[in-house]
This record gives sequence, structure tokens and C-alpha cells, in this order.
Amino acid sequence: MPANLSAASKAASSPDDDKAAISVKDMRKCFGDHEVLKGISLEAHKGDVISILGSSGSGKSTFLRCINLLEIPDSGEVRVDGELIRMKQGRDGRQMPADMRQVERMRANLAMVFQSFNLWSHMTVLENLVAAPTHVLKRPRAECLEQAEALLKRVGIWERRNYYPPHMSGGQQQRAAIARALAMNPKVMLFDEPTSALDPELVGEVLRVMRSLAEEGRTMLVVTHEMGFARDVSSQVMFLHKGEVDSLGEPKEMFARPPTQQFKQFIANFNK
Amino acid sequence: MDPNFYLSTIWSVLKALPLTLEIWFFGVAIGLVLASGLTWMRASGYRLGELFARAYVFVFRGSPLLVQLYLIYFGLSQFDFVRHSPILWPILRDPMYCTILAMALNTAAYSSEIFRGALRAVPVGQIEAAKAFGMPMFTRFRLVTLPIALRLALPAYSTEIILMTKATALASMVTIMEMMGTAQKIQHDTFRPIEVLTCAGVIYLLLNLSIARLFAFVEYLLSPHLRPPPEQSQQIKPVPEVL
Repeated sequence: MPANLSAASKAASSPDDDKAAISVKDMRKCFGDHEVLKGISLEAHKGDVISILGSSGSGKSTFLRCINLLEIPDSGEVRVDGELIRMKQGRDGRQMPADMRQVERMRANLAMVFQSFNLWSHMTVLENLVAAPTHVLKRPRAECLEQAEALLKRVGIWERRNYYPPHMSGGQQQRAAIARALAMNPKVMLFDEPTSALDPELVGEVLRVMRSLAEEGRTMLVVTHEMGFARDVSSQVMFLHKGEVDSLGEPKEMFARPPTQQFKQFIANFNK
Repeated sequence: MDPNFYLSTIWSVLKALPLTLEIWFFGVAIGLVLASGLTWMRASGYRLGELFARAYVFVFRGSPLLVQLYLIYFGLSQFDFVRHSPILWPILRDPMYCTILAMALNTAAYSSEIFRGALRAVPVGQIEAAKAFGMPMFTRFRLVTLPIALRLALPAYSTEIILMTKATALASMVTIMEMMGTAQKIQHDTFRPIEVLTCAGVIYLLLNLSIARLFAFVEYLLSPHLRPPPEQSQQIKPVPEVL
């Protein structure tokens, strides 16, 4: 499959396979009888920006949420910086994390940006940005505040630092949420449809921030419906169809010559 | 109309206010501690704890407070082991302790249901965000779940507190001369129920008004995010150190 060539060559060119920033092997997940993920593998190296595409119900959000264990996958391996997240059999026969401490440490390295922002509504923007760094990473408060203000300047909402989330527009909230994720100095950033809940005219401001993150070499996994972002910004595109990896490859190649009928149809629907 | 009688009655009843407040305060405070324990049991996921909490709520919410008070004050002293216990007897022979105990046990059942509802109403996304940022369970609870749940519980809980203020009147049934007991005594001495009960009623009314206002103020403090946004020019609010 030509679509997999680039990914394969990339893996071959890096001698130390374990050093992928994040690697997922054969992840499976069922909700009841419905098999949402049918064995998905993915490897992201430092600086990769991987767009995860797929129609609704293809399992792309579930996949992302299984990586940081907001959903517990039924089977499969997740490694962050080569470190395997250990799982064990729960009493009900399902898989569960063996060591919550390890999971928490891993999550602190994988900051997540949600579709519906999920800023803590009872904290100001600034408090949102310092809460996790001070309480999870145990960094000194003054240092966190300084960094938080700098990040808010960067995403352009410093003037709103003492606002509560409900007082801001969706675009501002999502930029605040991205700043909150950045405040953790994460190894990998997970974006779960970050622009899907936004009014069309607010999408641009969020995409601009994400583009600048990609340009500075952040490792990002982005579940998105923004074809422009997937094509122009990401280094790889992964297309999920019915819980399986339908195709994976470099965006230019993928969009110019869709490797599968499914993907061709998918982008055709967007170009209508 | 006899203004002097009204004044003297109000004065006499007011003198019993401290006792009423004492019953109320300790009943509510101990009840709050018990309710927290019950809520925890209910939410812990431990089958036994959950079962106990359910049974507890069923019993104490389902029977009248007066019955519970009588059972504790008149009922328990029927048992020899209670009368001979060096720990139980000093508590259970004292009507004041019995009233506080009955109130605490009763309000714990109601409050734990209020807290349980509030915990369940905390938006999932808020908790997920805390998880996704690596917060351990206790940190997550302290920084995110609890503050949001408290805000959600407050309106219903303030009603429960006001119900408890009124329930202190039951103490008069076990010989305590708090406001209601005092009022009843004056009524028996003077045969002027309308004047006496009106005075008592008005004092309860004012007491509950202040409690309601107090809770409204706490609610105001806890919900800056639900008020209109601040002006851009507003003075910068420092981030509180407690966070």
C-alpha cells in the first residue's frame, strides 16, 4: 500500500523504535456489542502533527480518548516516550490501569484540548492555567503565573485573564484551553475536534494558534474535520473508517491521490 | 391590644434564642459531618457502604423527626445496658443531647441526598478535564468536583437548614425551654395563645430570613462566573493563594 510507505520508511529510518513520543499498538474497544476500534496502531515521533480524520462514528474521538485512558481500551498497548502504560485485569474481567500514578504521570505529559473546551467554569482563565501545573507538576506558583500570562499573551487573550470562562466567546475559550494545555509543557498534545463546537467565524482564530504550535515543532494528534488544517499543516493524515485505519500517509500525497475509495469519497463530500 | 404584653413576651422568647441557636448549630454541624460520610459511602462504589447509606436514608427520611426524637429520648433509656453505660447514659439522659442527636441523624439523611444529587450534577467534562491533566482523585475532588458541587447544592441545602431551624421547636416536647418551650409556658400561664404564638412565629420568621440572606450571600460569593462579565477596565483581581 503506497499510503503506508511514508510511515513505514519513517519507522525504519529511526533506529530506536521505542523512542516514539507516542506509540499505540493494536488498540481495540467495544461499547456493548458495538466494536468501535478494531485494532488501531499509530506512532507519532517528536514534531509529528498527525491529523485523524473520519466520518462521525468512525471511532476517531474514542481512539484519542483511549490514548490518555479517559476511555479504557479493551486491549492494546500505549507507550509514551517508550514507557508502556501497564494494564491489568479488573475484577469484572475488563482491562484497567495497573498503576493510577503512572497513568496520571502519563496524562500530565499528554495535555488534551476538548471539543467543548471544558475549562473549569468556577475558575478565572488565569486560575485555569495555573491549577494543573501547581497541583500536578508541583511547580512554584509564581513561576506558573508568569508562564500563564505569557501563554495568554501568545494566544491573544491576556486582557481576559481574570474573566470566567462563561464570559468569553467560544473561540476565546478554546484558545484559553489550548493555553491551559501548553502550561503543562506537554510532550504530546491531543486535540479532540477543537473547532467543531465553534461558530464558523471563530474557527480561524483557533486554527491560527494550532498552526503556530505545529510550526514550532510540537507533537500533536488532532482529531478534526478541518480539511485545510489536515492538508496544509499536518505531517501525516490518518483516516479511520468503521473503527479501522483505512489509510495513513503524507497529506499532500493523500489528498492529491486518495489511496482508497473510502477516503476519496470522504474528501469528495467535504469539497461539495 | 396590649403592647406591653407583646413586648414582654418577645423579650422572654428572645432570651431563649441562644438555646434554640445552640440546638440548631450543633444539630446542623454534626448532621453535615454525618451527611458527608453518607454521601461518600453512597458514591464510593462499595456495595456495603452504598447499601448502608440507602437504608439509613430510607429510615431517617421516611419517619417523622418527632418519632425519632421520642425513640432516642424516651425509648433508648428503657434498655438496661444504656442506663448502665458510662458513655451512652450521660448523653441519652440529657434532653439537649438527645435533641441534637435526633436532629443531626435526621438532617444527615436529607443532606446526603442533596449532596449526592449535586455531585452527580457536576458536568462530566469538568471532571474529565481534571483527569486529562493528570490530577489524582483527591486533587480532582478538591479543586474541581467539590467547588462545583457545593455551588449546586447550596440552594437545596439552605432550604434544609431552614427546615432544621423550624425543627428545633420540637425540643420543647422533651422539656427543653428553647423559644417554643418558653412560648408554650407563657401561653399556659396567660391563656393568650394568639399573642404569644404570633410573637414566637415572628421571631422564627426573622431568624429564618437572616439565615436565608446569609446563604444568598454565600451563593453570591461562590458564583462570580454566573454574574455578568466584569468590565475590561475593572481592577485586576489577584488570584487567591488558596487555590
